[in-house]
Amino acid sequence: MDGTHYMPAGLPAPAAEADGLDAPYWEGTRRGELWIQRCRACAGWQWGPEWICHRCLSFDLGWERVEGTGRIYSWERVWHPVHPALKGQPPYLVVLVELPHADNARMIGNLLGDPHQEVRIGTAVKAVFEPHDEAKVPYTLVHWRPDDR
Amino acid sequence: MKERSLRGKVAIVGVGETTYYKHGRAPDSEFALALQAILRACEDAGIDPRRIDGFASYSNDRNDPSRLAAALGLPELRFSNMQWGGGGGGGSAAVGNGAAAIAAGLADCVIVFRALAQGQFQRFGTALPAATVSGEAALTFPYGLISPAQRFAMRVMRYLHEHGIPREAQRAIALASYHHAQSNPRAVMYGRPLTAEDYDASRFIVEPFRLFDCCMENDGAAALVLVPADQARETRHRPAYLLGVAQGSEYRNAARGHNAPLYPTSSFTTVAPHLYEMAGVGPADVDVVQSYENFTGGVLMSLVEHGFFSAAEASEFLTPDNLLAPHGKLPLNTSGGNLAECYMHGLELVIEAVRQLRGESTSQVPDARVSMVISGPMVTPVSSLILAEGDVL
Repeated sequence: MDGTHYMPAGLPAPAAEADGLDAPYWEGTRRGELWIQRCRACAGWQWGPEWICHRCLSFDLGWERVEGTGRIYSWERVWHPVHPALKGQPPYLVVLVELPHADNARMIGNLLGDPHQEVRIGTAVKAVFEPHDEAKVPYTLVHWRPDDR
Repeated sequence: MKERSLRGKVAIVGVGETTYYKHGRAPDSEFALALQAILRACEDAGIDPRRIDGFASYSNDRNDPSRLAAALGLPELRFSNMQWGGGGGGGSAAVGNGAAAIAAGLADCVIVFRALAQGQFQRFGTALPAATVSGEAALTFPYGLISPAQRFAMRVMRYLHEHGIPREAQRAIALASYHHAQSNPRAVMYGRPLTAEDYDASRFIVEPFRLFDCCMENDGAAALVLVPADQARETRHRPAYLLGVAQGSEYRNAARGHNAPLYPTSSFTTVAPHLYEMAGVGPADVDVVQSYENFTGGVLMSLVEHGFFSAAEASEFLTPDNLLAPHGKLPLNTSGGNLAECYMHGLELVIEAVRQLRGESTSQVPDARVSMVISGPMVTPVSSLILAEGDVL
């Protein structure tokens, strides 16, 4: 909420897992792209990432770029600060977005705009990439805004 | 009845708890609280604590059975068990695990316990995460989705939407717990009644949860004594026989980043049928229910998944009148539960289920013979159990 970032500074920063499982996702966000797992054996989508395909039990999982459009599946407006960085801050919106282009895989993000806005489940939304180049290990978050197309 | 079953094989013959304290107010260490609760449960059962030969707990309880056995001078330790998973999902499962050990001949006298003095360690609701997070946390924490309330509000919001249930349906659950706590001198909220107006005026924690939809955090300990059914009659009180118990969760419930296929559930859709199958009773036979309130929306979903009413009927069913002892259709959380008696991580709910069968509740349901506990909605694994009087067997 400092103008460039939706959430105040000081919240936990994301890091790819040490075993490399989700590295392609986080690398993709740095380029402004959404990448999620897709099984090379059965072509099924999978999110969140895992080492095995839950459909066909193949370990041959690949990654594929997905269009950054979806619709709001659920949402919440957070009032109570549970982290020191949130003390004294206005409420904020968190949305769970499903991606129809990837078998309705779901992603958590913030809904940009007025935190008091009316939110409707089913609303079409578009991904907004928010780079944190200032971080010790730079990363990019993926937010959402209503898609007016 | 299936051949492989715990039905009627084990009984809860003793219950005990410490004074229940507000968060951070316990004068004793967490380990001492655990010992006090265990000794009170033994005294209640009228058995020598040196008969204990097993322990079962859940949610990463810090009080190691080997230390307990050494502290209590137990002649031998035969069974020590920790149910996987966080939250209160293991409350009924720990009873089931202890009972399974007894039925299989691995132990003869098992203590199920939970001790919690979060003031001496860390609170669940305000746990400060590291500066950098990875794995599932990386997908949610940077967006301010950190606490249990925030995690589960997302599920409940979707559930209310899918079934057209107004947010106010959660209110009756909170009012029932507070109402029952006013008759219970053990309750942390004894003497602190809650009105519908108080509820409506309370602040949002995270929509759709208001302050009174969320459990307390407390200090204290609780314990139960389990023995084989054929030894239960030698004890001091009327035994509470385990009729059925089940634990688990449905297909891919733990898919990361809120990707469970059946997302808006309390995780009981497969568990509840197993429970009823073992118990040999149905929802209509249940006289009184203790249902873990982490958040009231989870109680709503749990009651639907255990077949007490449909999601379509939820709004109409969930009135204070229907949920209050002695004469409501479904007396709920009759000690005050996690919201108003004590957040003893749901083990206080099992104690209350036993007291109902003994006729010793402070909000007694007349002639309660079948008594249910539902543990830890929306986490995975969850668990639930049914206790009954001897003549139900």
